[in-house]
Amino acid sequence: MTDLINFFIKNRADIFQLTLEHLFLVAVSILAAAAIGIPVGIFLTRRPAWSKPVLAVTNILQTIPSLALFGFLIPLLGSYGIGRVPAIIALFLYSLLPIIRNTFTGIQGVDAGVREAARGMGMTDWQMLAQVELPLAMSVIIAGLRVATVISVGTATIAAAIGAGGLGTYIFRGLRMSDNILILAGAIPAAVMALAADFTLGLIERRLAPGRAKAAGKTAKLAFATGIVALVAFVIVTSGVLSKKSERIVVGSKDFTEQVILGEMIAQVIEAKTGLAVERKFELGGDLCHRAMIAGEMDIYVEYTGTAFTAILKHQPITDPRKVYDQVKREYLSEFGLEWMEPLGFENTFAILVRGAEAERLNLKTISDAARYAPQWRAGFGQDFMSREDGYAGFARVYGLKFSAQPREMDLSLSYRALAAAQVDLIAGNSTDGLIDKLGLVQLQDDRRYFPPYEAAAVVRREALQRYPQIAAAINDLAGKITDAEMRRLNLAVDGESRDVREVVREFLSSKLEH
Amino acid sequence: MPTNDSAVIEFRDASARAGGKTMVEGLSFQIAQGETLVLLGRSGSGKTTTLKLINRLLDPAEGAVCVEQKSTTEWDAIRLRRRIGYVIQETGLFPHFTVERNISVVPRLEGWDEARIRARVVELLELVGLDAGSFAHRYPHELSGGQRQRVGVARALAADPPIILMDEPFGALDPLTRAELQREFAQLSRSLHKTIVFVTHDVREAFALASRIGLFKDGRLVEISEPAAFARSENEEARAFCESLN
Repeated sequence: MTDLINFFIKNRADIFQLTLEHLFLVAVSILAAAAIGIPVGIFLTRRPAWSKPVLAVTNILQTIPSLALFGFLIPLLGSYGIGRVPAIIALFLYSLLPIIRNTFTGIQGVDAGVREAARGMGMTDWQMLAQVELPLAMSVIIAGLRVATVISVGTATIAAAIGAGGLGTYIFRGLRMSDNILILAGAIPAAVMALAADFTLGLIERRLAPGRAKAAGKTAKLAFATGIVALVAFVIVTSGVLSKKSERIVVGSKDFTEQVILGEMIAQVIEAKTGLAVERKFELGGDLCHRAMIAGEMDIYVEYTGTAFTAILKHQPITDPRKVYDQVKREYLSEFGLEWMEPLGFENTFAILVRGAEAERLNLKTISDAARYAPQWRAGFGQDFMSREDGYAGFARVYGLKFSAQPREMDLSLSYRALAAAQVDLIAGNSTDGLIDKLGLVQLQDDRRYFPPYEAAAVVRREALQRYPQIAAAINDLAGKITDAEMRRLNLAVDGESRDVREVVREFLSSKLEH
Repeated sequence: MPTNDSAVIEFRDASARAGGKTMVEGLSFQIAQGETLVLLGRSGSGKTTTLKLINRLLDPAEGAVCVEQKSTTEWDAIRLRRRIGYVIQETGLFPHFTVERNISVVPRLEGWDEARIRARVVELLELVGLDAGSFAHRYPHELSGGQRQRVGVARALAADPPIILMDEPFGALDPLTRAELQREFAQLSRSLHKTIVFVTHDVREAFALASRIGLFKDGRLVEISEPAAFARSENEEARAFCESLN
């Protein structure tokens, strides 16, 4: 509890910024959904035959899981594929159904006698709508807005996965690092926001209920109108605050700790060496970084040669690091207009690990050394390693491995602890995982070069390089500077010791680049 | 074109359909200026449909309905309706409007100024026997059923239309209130010189208010005559209604 309070106090500026971003996403999408949804709902009351298909479509939209919807939107939107635009579009689509449906049913629910009296008295359709139907349906319409807003506040947390910011940024980071404080730091403000919206709109809804009219109705109408004006003003002001200036280098990262560290490192080096302003777009899931680069929304991120070679260029894995790097560099430039910088020095590949004590006792250096003992050993591997093309099956064949039993399939992070606790004797971890050193494990050398190389290097958009040639020199200052052990230590500092990424990176750079 | 210059409303072999079903057919009759015609009949016999043909909530499928010597289909529906007061069962008041706002709907649509509207509301509330001071700012749900119907009548009279249509206005009231309102309304209608078309299934009400009674059966007008003649009618349906009086 005190940890949580301390976190809130220490990071209040960050939390404020994320809350602002979150509110912005919700406010824009709800305003847009109301601006479209209410007229559509009204239109449907005039053409009831259309109501079934239109409501069916919005219904289907609502059933699409939010991550899937974001996924669909990315290719559809081209250069706007990541960031706030797809998030707002998705939230807008989710908000449409409750707003359209409640507008439609609210107006349909107006007493037929009342409507007939209005017509019989010579009201035009517009007069009837403005003076009779909308006022009587208003509380139902507000109820729709209320549902839409509460859903949006919740769904907007997922928008962090596509780089839209907001409180989800903390939640995702907390989930990844199994840090409950971070999760709560994102979830609590979001929950407060949802409850506040629910309460306020609920109050207005009840006050506007027909028959409850009187003075209360007047104040509620006033409050509602003021609320909308305030919301629009908020959106305009925040969009000014949040809008990025175009003269910036955008540095991105994928969504795991090592990537955030490397992104921060590149950002700090550019800031220090070139004086250019840097915008950080970290923690993007899947291959969003690559898409963002191609869309021109991002200028730099760190990629791994093996990933680029197999997952993006779709080649069969090969093992010569130089060949892989050269081919990737060539094809990235011709296919995507992206430049590979010099490798940073370390590789993030599968690491075959044994206990340090065991390695010393048996004098194990390479995987071939270990193969002799395999028949007395048990192995534990992550799902990824068991199923991948460059995973277990080929590995066992190349080294002629035979374990005492079929390897146990277990969660990757659990397999480290299982090895340390001598429940298994050999695992396949990540070569840069901070846990390797922390738990006293030793990586065996891949002496037959079975694993394809996964050298880390920065990838930069050619246009960005042409415009700011000085960034190439700045980044290449890092070339070969980070060893596997150093990367492990950096990962451990952030993941294991919960230290601030910016601080860890600053320390590392000052020790490396001073002389 | 007009066959009778004093006819304010004239049906010429008019019929109406809704959803493929014939609601009324072969209607031919005239209503003179200042008369109160009561349309009597069982539920579903076509009375309300006939009323809606007059203010063009429905268009005739065949034949014609003329108001002030002009076919309703030639009238602009909005202009026509604003010349015709309309009272329906208690649901007709707007629940989100005060009594004053309810009564002043048509004057406001017609763009009267505030002072004139206020004066008119006071005048009308007095006319229907409600104290303007204590009722003008109430909402419909704060009124009794009888009070609501009085407001409904005041609203129909607001812009001083020459024609008033009333669709079972007293249908939902308790018998005592109902009798009271009928009595007052009979006096009121004599003093106002409006042309009134009044729908009811209550034969007692018909005799109390009508200058003529039109009887409907299965979508047709089977008898139209003054009350005294109606009481002596040979028509089977008319006799069935009259016998229910005893």
